[in-house]
Amino acid sequence: MTDNDGQRFDRLPATADDREVEGRATRREVVDWWVERFGLDRETFADYTFWEKGAGKIWAFADDLDSPADVEGLGMTFLRTRQEHWKPTTDAVQRFGPEATKNVVVLDEADARAFLRGEDTDPEWDGDWGYLIAAHGIAGDVEPIGVGLYLYDELRSQMPKGRQRDL
Amino acid sequence: MDPLARYDPLVDDPAAFHAACERPLPSVVRVNDIKATPERVRRAFDDAGVDYEPVDWHDGLFRLGDGEKPGNTWPFVHGWVYGQEEVSAVPALALDPDPGERVFDCCAAPGSKTTQLAALMDDRGLLVGNDNNLGRLSALRSNAERCGVTNLVVTRQDARNFSLKPLSGEPFDRSLVDVPCSCEGTVRKNPDALEGWSMDHVEGVSGVQKGILGRAIEVTRDGGTVVYSTCTFAPEENEAVLQHALEEYDCQLVDYDLDLEHVPGVTEWEGEQYDDSMERAKRIYPHHNDTGGFFCARLEVGA
Repeated sequence: MTDNDGQRFDRLPATADDREVEGRATRREVVDWWVERFGLDRETFADYTFWEKGAGKIWAFADDLDSPADVEGLGMTFLRTRQEHWKPTTDAVQRFGPEATKNVVVLDEADARAFLRGEDTDPEWDGDWGYLIAAHGIAGDVEPIGVGLYLYDELRSQMPKGRQRDL
Repeated sequence: MDPLARYDPLVDDPAAFHAACERPLPSVVRVNDIKATPERVRRAFDDAGVDYEPVDWHDGLFRLGDGEKPGNTWPFVHGWVYGQEEVSAVPALALDPDPGERVFDCCAAPGSKTTQLAALMDDRGLLVGNDNNLGRLSALRSNAERCGVTNLVVTRQDARNFSLKPLSGEPFDRSLVDVPCSCEGTVRKNPDALEGWSMDHVEGVSGVQKGILGRAIEVTRDGGTVVYSTCTFAPEENEAVLQHALEEYDCQLVDYDLDLEHVPGVTEWEGEQYDDSMERAKRIYPHHNDTGGFFCARLEVGA
């Protein structure tokens, strides 16, 4: 086992048996996490490759390159691993969240705007605690806004500062 | 002296040309098909009371009413729309990439055309967005992520000697060469655009453009497509750059369709003669369609 080099993109090992870098998530674990947490279809990710750059930061890329990849960016930041509770990114829940079938909390318009401002809200929710997809209804369908952390009957907005807006 | 007056001999209606250059430009957004449809964006705008109108040549572009700020709407937050000048949507359409191809955008930041290419590719295949400036690359990355693009590889290289090494050495099917330019055509959006204008700058940037286009042709496969575009009128930065490419590289200018009013590229300018195929390039003046100014040409490599 070697240590993670946080400065470069390394492709995730397919399974634990292929793991060569200490503590690195596997492709299987990453896909399983999205399937189990949000009910996504495993097929969604069939053509994706997954990469680690930085400590635990996982990137999803629609194509493939030789690993390690000497580039500035590779697909989209997708998931934060190497911590007890894995955390999806805002970009990933916006991109893949429309297909989620569970752990999606749908906010009313006032709460949706507060969430977008980065504020805590208190929506009706009797599902799992932890990281949820916060969404709202717009133009005839439910659309994800970002990631919320649900703890002790409140939803803590995880909207990054640069994505917060006061509409 | 108004630098734009030097183009009066090229323009069909100089008075209309100058009048259009004086008028401010409406805000335009492009629908990002990776995340939304034009229909859904229309519905969201209607529900929110956003003032907009469609453009007649492209169903994914909307002109916004005076004072509308696209950044402060839910469709922007969701990455459904991207603020992009109408004519700036032309080069990606001219390049016309298909899902699964290898596509190169050599001067990509801040990413309006890159994200449009990703959408045209259905977010599949390999799209390389390159720029040499770290700050601009950061804008490219955040714009691409907001649009939900997952097939983009971001690189930071000088486009004039771009290396394929980090990309498995394989050439591209298509390359977009939307080069830095003197930006004369953006004067409606940015009235200061002509403040630093000088013939020295035009000639200097023309040399850079030749280097970038040449390298893009070299990294595109035989039979592949290269689109060259600028937002400027100067033939030194347009036809003269293409003329250089025709003389130095194995490529030719080819026709393409465009449902916007335009005129052909010029074959003569201030004593210089250019190849007759320059007429396959397209010049779009601001008074043609009430847009910014633009130049766009499509090349086939190794033909």
